[in-house]
Amino acid sequence: MIAPTPSIDTIYEWLEDVKDPEIPVLSLVDLGVITNVEINDKKVTIELTPTFAGCPAMEVMKSEVIEKLKSKGINDAAVNISFRVPWSSDFITEKGKKALKQYGFAPPPSNKLFVDLEILENAICPRCDSTNTEMKNAFGPTLCRSIYYCHQCKEAFEQFKPL
Amino acid sequence: MNNLPLKELLYKMADDQLILGHRNSEWTGFGPLLEEDIAFSSMAQDKVGHSLALYTLLNQLGESDPDTVAFTRNANQFHNSILTELPNQEYDFSLIRHFLYDTAEALRFEMLTQSSYEPLAQVAKKVRGELRYHTLHAKTWINQLGSATEESISRLQKSLDYAMPFALGIFEESPYEKQIVDNGIFEGEQALKTKWLTRVEEILSNTSLHLPDFKIIHPVTGGRIGKHSEHLQPLLDEMSEVFRIDPGAEW
Repeated sequence: MIAPTPSIDTIYEWLEDVKDPEIPVLSLVDLGVITNVEINDKKVTIELTPTFAGCPAMEVMKSEVIEKLKSKGINDAAVNISFRVPWSSDFITEKGKKALKQYGFAPPPSNKLFVDLEILENAICPRCDSTNTEMKNAFGPTLCRSIYYCHQCKEAFEQFKPL
Repeated sequence: MNNLPLKELLYKMADDQLILGHRNSEWTGFGPLLEEDIAFSSMAQDKVGHSLALYTLLNQLGESDPDTVAFTRNANQFHNSILTELPNQEYDFSLIRHFLYDTAEALRFEMLTQSSYEPLAQVAKKVRGELRYHTLHAKTWINQLGSATEESISRLQKSLDYAMPFALGIFEESPYEKQIVDNGIFEGEQALKTKWLTRVEEILSNTSLHLPDFKIIHPVTGGRIGKHSEHLQPLLDEMSEVFRIDPGAEW
């Protein structure tokens, strides 16, 4: 059986099922790393932009995209990792930001806000919404996360770094 | 266009990031406090990622693939500045090196966002955002420890005096400097050095640290043309050990 050629929208829908391996509530679409989808004849080419240049999850994401397309009957697929569109945390969709908060991560504030990194001092606690918080470490368990402490609810939390 | 000037620039930047990335990774498990352990390990990961992005650009210009380039060259084929290859020593030296190097690197990538070589400008736009976290980290600790106790100030000052000649080696000019500047690939090492000095002075002015007298220090150069200290080859031997045993190893 030959599967009919899907539309670009359909491919985006499929990719909603592929999650960031480090933050499994976030799809690659919501993460904003899919910067182009092309269909040429039967060949599907996906452009993936890295969140962080050293992100070890890139290769995993790449192979999961290929797997997903295969499961949908697309055997001729290519994923190109490219810096053509440099990723920014502003690419995370509203849906994605909501998912992050539910998962216990403070979503990144708009990148446009932070000309200086001083803004990072006032992250909003994902549990109690207090801004009485303090950055403990710009670096966290993965490259895209920072560690904070909330003085209000006395809990540590992580923020997805604005970039 | 003749690619040699561009390749030369990419190699020295990529090698700097790889070698300092490796040194940073040596802090994993040894940081003076857990946060610093994580910070240096994360910066290591970022820097190795930056080197990968730059080696990939070189690969697109006809050089070997990134792994081959990173793991099979000898010390005399590396173009990193000697500053980046020096052993970590005590935390005060690692912190000062991180501060001096990353201040320069952040400015370099900022300047390169204007590069006439579009693929490099794209990588620079990406990397400069990441480097903000590195410079934030350096600045935070230099501010705190540079105005804390007599011991912290004197240790940092000693490391600053020791590191400065090596830091000036970052700006060792390439034989193609004029072509690089004329072709709009990069504004050049001199322009970078001027901006760097202003920035370093600005940050140090909020601390009890002071810059050494530039009239009496001589930059330690040679790294950019493959003349390294005795510290680089052992680093490379360790870094490439697995690759040499099993080049096709899956991680």
